[in-house]
Amino acid sequence: MKRFLGFVKKEFLHIFRDFRTMIILFGIPAIQILLFGFVVSTDLKNAQVAFLDFSGDEMTQKISDKICSSGFFRKSETLLSFNDIDKVLRGNKTKAVIIFEKDFGRRLISEGKAGISIITDGSEPNMATLITNYVTAIVTDFNRELAGASAAGTLLVQPEVRMFYNPSLKGQYMFVPGVITLIMILICALMTSITITREKEFGTMEVLLVSPLKPVQIILGKVLPYFILSFVDVIIILLLSWFVFGLPIKGSLVLLLAESMLYILMSLSLGILISTVAKTMQQAIFISLVGMMLPTVLLSGFIFPIENMAKIYGWVSAILPPRYFIVIIKNIMIKGTGFLYVWKETLLLIVFTMVFIGLSIRNFKIRLG
Amino acid sequence: MAHLRNDSKALNMRTILYLIRKEFIQIFRDKFIGKAIFGVPIIQMLILVPAITFEIKNVNLCIVDKDLTTESRELVGQLEGSTFFKVRFSTFSEQEANNLLHKGKCDLIIQIPSGFGKKTSIGNPGRLLVSVNAINAVNAQLSWAYLNGVIRDYNMNIVAENAGSQTFTSIPQIQVSNRYWYNELLNYKHYMLPGILGILILAIGYILAGLNMVKEKESGTIEQINVTPVRKSHFIIAKMVPFLIIGIIDLAVGLIIGKLTFNIPFEGSIALLFLCSSIFLIAVLGLALFVSTFSSTQQQFMFTGFFFIIIFILMSGIFTPLESMPVWAQKIDLINPAAYIMRINRMIMLKGSTFQDISRDIYALTLIAITFTVLAVNRYRKTA
Repeated sequence: MKRFLGFVKKEFLHIFRDFRTMIILFGIPAIQILLFGFVVSTDLKNAQVAFLDFSGDEMTQKISDKICSSGFFRKSETLLSFNDIDKVLRGNKTKAVIIFEKDFGRRLISEGKAGISIITDGSEPNMATLITNYVTAIVTDFNRELAGASAAGTLLVQPEVRMFYNPSLKGQYMFVPGVITLIMILICALMTSITITREKEFGTMEVLLVSPLKPVQIILGKVLPYFILSFVDVIIILLLSWFVFGLPIKGSLVLLLAESMLYILMSLSLGILISTVAKTMQQAIFISLVGMMLPTVLLSGFIFPIENMAKIYGWVSAILPPRYFIVIIKNIMIKGTGFLYVWKETLLLIVFTMVFIGLSIRNFKIRLG
Repeated sequence: MAHLRNDSKALNMRTILYLIRKEFIQIFRDKFIGKAIFGVPIIQMLILVPAITFEIKNVNLCIVDKDLTTESRELVGQLEGSTFFKVRFSTFSEQEANNLLHKGKCDLIIQIPSGFGKKTSIGNPGRLLVSVNAINAVNAQLSWAYLNGVIRDYNMNIVAENAGSQTFTSIPQIQVSNRYWYNELLNYKHYMLPGILGILILAIGYILAGLNMVKEKESGTIEQINVTPVRKSHFIIAKMVPFLIIGIIDLAVGLIIGKLTFNIPFEGSIALLFLCSSIFLIAVLGLALFVSTFSSTQQQFMFTGFFFIIIFILMSGIFTPLESMPVWAQKIDLINPAAYIMRINRMIMLKGSTFQDISRDIYALTLIAITFTVLAVNRYRKTA
C-alpha cells in the first residue's frame, strides 16, 4: 500500500511539474465555458441588410425604419437595381436584401395589396432562416398596426408560448452539459492513454514492470490522479456555470456527482483500452483526438441534436457513451428529474465501463516488445 | 563569381529537396500514421458532413385538443402536413402531455382550449397554448418560428375564406415572399462541407507538423541536423513542404468526395480555392512550428496545440455566425486563420466569389502566414 501511494505521488508530481498539462486540466474547461458563454452565440444581432426600394414612398420608409430600429438589423446600403443584389451578397457583409415593389404605398392603399421580397444569403442557412422569420414578423406587426382596430380578423389564432426548462433561451443550458462531457473524455481518455504509452515509448514501462508493483497497481496508480483531477474539474465547471451564468442544478447534486464519477470511470477505462492498442504517443493522440474528440463533439448531441440527423447517425451515436451521459446530466441538472428517468442510461454506462475494462485486461501485455 | 553563386543556389535547392525526401520517408515509415493521414479525412467527411445539421426535421408534437371542432382538426391537419412536425401523441390530459415533455418523448405541446373553433369562426381571436422544450435554445427558437409560419398560413386561409362575405376586403395586406440565394433549399451539407474541409486540413497540418518537429527533439535526432551546415530557414521550409503537400492532397480528396457523394456545388475557381488553402496551410504550419519551439515533448506540444485549436475552431464561425460575437471577439478573429478560411471556402464554393471579392481576406491571410513562418524561423535555435 505504501509502495502504491508512493507511485501515485510520483504520478501527481509528473502532472503538476508541467504547466502545459495544467493548461489542459484547468485552462481548457475555463476557456470553453467562457467562449461558449460570451462569444459563441447564434442570436441574431445587428445583421446587415440592404434595401432595394422601387417605390421610395412614406410607407416603405416607415417599414425600413421599423426593421432597422428593431435591434436585429442594421442597414448596410441602399441599392438601385436588381443587378446590385448579387454584388452586395457576394461581398459577404450584407446578409439579406429587402425589396419593395413599385408603387408600394399606393397599391397597398388603393388595391389593398402590396409585396415585399426578402432575398437572403442561403450559404448560411441558419442565419437565412432567422432573418426571413424576423423580417416577416416585423412586417406582419406593421401590417396589423396599419390596419388598426379593424385588424382583429387578420389574426384569428394567437399562440402563446412557454419555453420550458429555459425560459430566457440561454445557450448555456445546452453547452454546460456538453462541455462537462467533452472535458471528461478529453482528460480521462487522452491523458491516461498518453501517460501510459509515454512510459512504453521511453522504456520506463519496463522499469515499472520489473518493480515489485503489480500490473494492476501500476494502472490504478496511473489513473487515480486523473480520476481525482477530473472530478475537481466537474466541480469547477459547475461552480463557474453557477456564478457566471446563474445556471442552477435543479435535481439532486449527490446523484449528479455520482453519475459524473461513473462517467469518469468509463472514460478512464476507455483511455486504458486505447493505451493497450496504441504503441506510440502519436498513435494514442491520433486515436483519442481525431477518432474520439470530433465524434463526441458532433455526434453526441452536444451541439447538433441527434434527432435532426439521418437515422444511421442515430445508430452510430448509440455506441458513443457521451451521448448517454449528456442525457443524464441534462435530466438531472436542467429538468430536475430523478434516478428513475435515467436508470437506463446509467446502466448502459456501466456496461460500457465493464466492456472496456474487460478488453483492456485481455489486451494488456506484461512483457513488451 | 556568378558561376559560384549559381552553384550555391543549386546546392541550396538540392539540400532542401533531400531534407524534404527525408521528411517523407520519416512520415510514411509509421504505417499507422501513413494510413491515418488519408483515411481519417475520408471517413470524417463521409460521416460528419451529413451529420452536422441545424436543420429541423421531425419536431415531435403532442396535441392536447380540448376543442374537437372542425377548426381545431383543420389546424392539426395543417401541422401534420408540414415537413417539420410529426404529431406523435394526442391526449386530453395536460398532465400526461407535460410528463411526455419531461421524459423527452416530445419537444412541443400544443394545447387547443375548448371554444377555440367557436371563437375563430365568428371572427374573434382564439388562443393556443404552446409549450416548447427549450434546453436547446436554437432548436426551440427555430421550431417556434416554423410553428408560427404554419399558424400564419392557417390564419390566411381563414381570412381568405371569410374575405368574400365580410368586411375583410378593406384590410390592406402586405405579402411577404422570400428566396434563398446560393443555396435555394438551405442544404446544410453545402454549408458545412467547406467548413469541415478547412478544419480538417487545420487539424492534420497542425498536429502532424508540430508533432514531427518535437519528435526530432525528443529522440535527439535534431542535434544531428543542427551540427550540419543546413540553414535554419531551409530546415523550416523542409519541415513545411511535406505537410503542405499532404494537406493539399487531403483537400483534393475531400473535394472529390464532396462532389461524388454530396454533390456540393462548386461555383468559383478551383485554382483560387487551392491558392487560398495553401496560404492557410502555411499559416497553420508556421504556427505549429513556432509553438513547437516552446515544447520539448510531444505531450507538451499536443496540450498547448490543442488549446489553440479549440479556440480557433470555436471562433472560426463554422457553427455560428461571426456577426453574433461581441466586437472584442471579432477583433481577436483578425489573427485567427481559421476564421478567414471558413469565410473564403464558403464564398468561393457556394457564391462563386472572385479574387476581387475576397482580396482583403487573402492579403490578411498572407500576412499572417508570413508572420508565423518568420517567427518560427527566428525562434528556432540551432544551439541546444
